[in-house]
Amino acid sequence: MLKKLVIGAALALTPVAGLAAGGEQHIESYDFSFKGAFGTYDPNQLQRGLQIYTEVCSACHGLKFVPLRSLSDEGGPALSPDQVTAYAAENYTVYDAELDEDVPAKPVDHFPANTSLGAPDLSLMAKARKGGPDYIASLLNGYTGEEKEEAGSTYYENTAFPGGWISMAPPLEDEHVEFIDGHDNSLDNLSQDVSAYLMWTAEPKMMARKQVGFVGVLMLTILSVLLYLTNKRIWAPIKGRKNS
Amino acid sequence: MAGIPHDHYEPKSSGEKWLHSRLPIVGLLYDTLMIPTPKNLNWMWIWGIVLTFCLALQIITGIVLVMHYTPHVDMAFASVEHIMRDVNGGHMIRYLHMNGASLFFVAVYAHIFRGLYYGSYKAPREVTWIIGMIIYVLMMATVFMGYVLPWGQMSFWGATVITGLFGALPFIGEPLQAWLLGGPAVDNATLNRFFSLHYLLPFLIAGLVIVHIWAFHTTGNNNPTGVEVRRGSKEEAQKDTVPFWPYFVIKDLFALAIILTVFFAIVGFMPNYLGHPDNYIEANALVTPAHIVPEWYFLPFYAILRAFTSEVWVVMFASWITGGIIDAKFFGVMAMFGAIAVMALAPWLDTSRVRSGTYRPMFKWWFALLVIDFFVLTWLGAKPAEEPYASFALIASAYWFGYFLVILPLLGVIEKPEATPETIEDDFNAHYGKSDAGATDATAAE
Repeated sequence: MLKKLVIGAALALTPVAGLAAGGEQHIESYDFSFKGAFGTYDPNQLQRGLQIYTEVCSACHGLKFVPLRSLSDEGGPALSPDQVTAYAAENYTVYDAELDEDVPAKPVDHFPANTSLGAPDLSLMAKARKGGPDYIASLLNGYTGEEKEEAGSTYYENTAFPGGWISMAPPLEDEHVEFIDGHDNSLDNLSQDVSAYLMWTAEPKMMARKQVGFVGVLMLTILSVLLYLTNKRIWAPIKGRKNS
Repeated sequence: MAGIPHDHYEPKSSGEKWLHSRLPIVGLLYDTLMIPTPKNLNWMWIWGIVLTFCLALQIITGIVLVMHYTPHVDMAFASVEHIMRDVNGGHMIRYLHMNGASLFFVAVYAHIFRGLYYGSYKAPREVTWIIGMIIYVLMMATVFMGYVLPWGQMSFWGATVITGLFGALPFIGEPLQAWLLGGPAVDNATLNRFFSLHYLLPFLIAGLVIVHIWAFHTTGNNNPTGVEVRRGSKEEAQKDTVPFWPYFVIKDLFALAIILTVFFAIVGFMPNYLGHPDNYIEANALVTPAHIVPEWYFLPFYAILRAFTSEVWVVMFASWITGGIIDAKFFGVMAMFGAIAVMALAPWLDTSRVRSGTYRPMFKWWFALLVIDFFVLTWLGAKPAEEPYASFALIASAYWFGYFLVILPLLGVIEKPEATPETIEDDFNAHYGKSDAGATDATAAE
């Protein structure tokens, strides 16, 4: 499976798609739990997304701006610090200059960058494309099955990609990843789970941000009311004292 | 300091007297805060406080950001992500700074159009107006350089396009551009000098803001009637004015609180709404974005810049008469800077003796059209440079210049203004009733 994927991506060295005019870009609006002013990340979904990223996406893409330790941060995938340590050591290695060798990654390290195939880093992908997580999920869902060869590269028709033809081979399919709790692993679900995860990697502080926004709006509303009343009272004699 | 007669600070205790005879700073602050202010100011007179707040917000959040930011092409983008992920509260500080720039420009445009409608630029407030225009230009320079610092794709390509404008100048263009960039292209030297200047200019702006306030504290505020405060005696002046503290301080703070409520909702719930997704992609000199679009506050002038293509007859004529020295690119640059220059010259272009637009029946409509024109230009600036937008942009640009260069001078001659109130007091009474009994009803009016 992984091998097929690596080969597929290797065929597609350039991240920029062909210029062939495609149909209209179709971006579906998904019902993500983090949408809206009060929306929050679903830790279970983020964990599934992390698994999909680890088993599939990380073969070609990196997450170089994301520290592994943030996997246990509040408002994120909510792994325990021990789980993060284990996850880091099992999946990634980093180069240690003192030992001059690759050693297992620790929570203080970042997810490794992956530039081997020229695939873009995914750390900020959910903020770097119009439509964000909706775009990513639509893209993963948007393969029509058509392919074409152009100048030695294979392009895959995709309804969400600008121009209609993308150089990335379809990375996911139904039941591509098995979840330990037997959660639905249809292509549609996998696409949404990994998109939610990438929204988290792009905006890990979203929960904290919305909380500040909420407290800020609440306190400023109260302040506005108090200042309105103060203002009204201060001006009352000026506006009433007219020349009788 | 102020020209309107009012009570000045009198040191009372021996300590106050001691200080006052050596450094009259308390008196300066007292007189500034207690300045007699026309009591009929409406809600368009709140933007000054909002702007002052924005400047303070940007300087404070900016200083904190600098503590964690690295101005180097290899590290700038990553250091911004470090701020967003690792610095305590860093994501909020950065989003406040980022959206604070937009609030700053919302406020400055409202402030400028307020001045244009109520004739605040007219004698004796021309100096206040000119200083304001200089502040506005410095704000644009500051925000432009600030946008380059995160070193995203739009940062890089925006810097390339905008500094390219200087390259359009005849003869000196290319050396000038290289001098500005510190090299043949946007690179580390550019990032470093932009960082340095982005830190410097806000303090120049702060200094000019003090001069701006000093100037209008000398002439007194304009007001919605455009009628001057009576200055014959203190008693007379008091009928037209109230002290700035507490009346306008509280009123302005109330308005500021409302505006900040909306601002915090944007920062908290949609902080990237006004930004461009491409700026979350690290700068890459080898990949040009599909559309290079400036931030929204530049769009009106960007539309004017692009409106004058080589097919426009004025451009052809200018090119022919100068033997090709003025080409379409240079013409566009001149048009863009000219659009700001004609605004700065408004005090001398407006020939009407009546100050406030309220009493100018024809002016009102032309002004309303100018406001619409401004929004249309903003919209067009974000559109691709193709038909029909290109033609719209030309018409909208023509109106911008026509308003300042033709309509303002002509209106003063052909328009018959309505009668203005005798005094500010009369105007105020007309709004809020004259009797004591009406006191409670009247306060509800505003």
